[in-house]
Amino acid sequence: MLRIRNLFAYYGAVTALSGVTCRVREGEVVALIGANGAGKTTLLNAVCGLVRWQGEVTFQGRSLAGMAPEAIVGLGVSQVAEGRQLFAPMSVAENLELGAYRRYRREERGAIERDREWLLELFPKLRERQEQRAGTLSGGEQQMLAIARALMARPRLLLLDEPSLGLAPLVVESILATLGELRAQGVTILLVEQNARAALKVADRAYVMETGRIMLSGSARDLLQDRQVTRAYLGRDYKEFTEGR
Amino acid sequence: MTRLLLNPWLLFAAGVLLVPQAVTNQYYFTLLNIIGIHTILVVGLNLLMGYAGQISLGHAAFFGLGAYTSGILTAAGVVNPWLALLLGLVVSGSAAFLIGIPVLKLRGYYLAMATLGFGVIIFIVLVQGHRFTGGPSGLHGIPSLSLGGFPLDTPFRLYFLVWTCVGLLLAFSANLVDSRVGRALRALHDSETAAQSLAVHTARLKLQIFVLSALYASLAGSLYAHTLNFIAPSSFDIMFSIKLVTMVVVGGMASIWGSLLGAATLTVLPEFLAFFQEFEVVIYGAILMVVMIFLPRGLVRGLMDLWERRHRLTEGGTTPG
Repeated sequence: MLRIRNLFAYYGAVTALSGVTCRVREGEVVALIGANGAGKTTLLNAVCGLVRWQGEVTFQGRSLAGMAPEAIVGLGVSQVAEGRQLFAPMSVAENLELGAYRRYRREERGAIERDREWLLELFPKLRERQEQRAGTLSGGEQQMLAIARALMARPRLLLLDEPSLGLAPLVVESILATLGELRAQGVTILLVEQNARAALKVADRAYVMETGRIMLSGSARDLLQDRQVTRAYLGRDYKEFTEGR
Repeated sequence: MTRLLLNPWLLFAAGVLLVPQAVTNQYYFTLLNIIGIHTILVVGLNLLMGYAGQISLGHAAFFGLGAYTSGILTAAGVVNPWLALLLGLVVSGSAAFLIGIPVLKLRGYYLAMATLGFGVIIFIVLVQGHRFTGGPSGLHGIPSLSLGGFPLDTPFRLYFLVWTCVGLLLAFSANLVDSRVGRALRALHDSETAAQSLAVHTARLKLQIFVLSALYASLAGSLYAHTLNFIAPSSFDIMFSIKLVTMVVVGGMASIWGSLLGAATLTVLPEFLAFFQEFEVVIYGAILMVVMIFLPRGLVRGLMDLWERRHRLTEGGTTPG
């Protein structure tokens, strides 16, 4: 579904991605794990057209080279950005409404309404808070709203950037658990996480990134057992860690 | 019942219809017309500033383009005033479109500087283009509008046209900001990247709202030219652009009714303050400072907050209904 080949991205003189190759198949949950500055967010932003890149990125056989961010969303790729990026002064309902921004013309209101219902079913907390300003929600609720908003666009591929950021472990678990439910509904997910253990539990496959490269890849179960992964996340042997972001 | 009576649209319509009963002096009608024209300008600018979060310090230029297109074409008697008004819209809209494409890529202070530059250029063109614009001494002999053979040649007659326009544009703007596009504008205001990630075509949306805002200004300009029958470049200088921004902020950013209140307050205030003669400007400035310090969200929201607080106190802690 998503195929990335030999991807390079730069921030000025700094190389953020140096030759990343990876892929996401239809119906999979793929985790992208790695420490700070490994280039995970850059990779997502490159797919979304927010970062200039060189190489090859195709989505369902179509090259994304030179496409504007809003056009990429139009193809069915939605990102839940790091830090959630909600519209804080607007209500929960309005944030959801904005998620369906692109669909307004093509589809009748009914389909959007059904999706809203489905999402409020998925995240019942949001239903109680519909009229509340997004900025006044708790961190976990904000993350749920961010995911729900992205899903209102009916994406085929959902990119999640650090959904666990700053959340209590219990909340993280419940949010990651919903990802399994989403997959059952046919949403393909690329999940970026620092919280490797939690991510590997829900993912089918995973890539481990380090300083702009993919170091390891494999099924989530294998990686969970892998000594190298465990070591990487305990930080041993990585004293010369470079902040490449 | 009170709800119905407090409906702002009914209040507005009643106000527009009742004022002529109370006012007889033509001078006051001119003042009311100017308030209406300023309201149109401020609503347009508020869509751009308050909702989309893009500043323009060159709005007097679009006001001027509308006024001068109407003025030049009708003073020479070549064109019907209504056609001239439409041509003014075309001129201002095209100018906004062409300027907007490069300029709206800028943000914040840089956008302010670029639009300011545009304002300066248009001002200089108006001053230097003697042959067409009459130069610094202005353009005389602009005819009044007429509607189906009925001449709108007194401030009283024009009053209804101006305030009908104000009413329609207020209603249109209120509808716009409450729609899907309005939400996209507010999203854009909050975070351009986040808006993009929801498939909002931010560049196009900014351009559209910029052009729309320029069209409001142009319409206001044409009405202004036919109201005073005389225009001079000094009405379209940078100070006026800044005054418009002040009206938006004093009335309340992202508030449709605030635009009306801001325009009215800052148009009427100098008239009252004329009494203080040389202290006028000082007092004017002081009032603005006090308003901004105590009602930072603008007059409408600020007064509403005050009213609610009083309400809550008098009702002994119950929430206002």
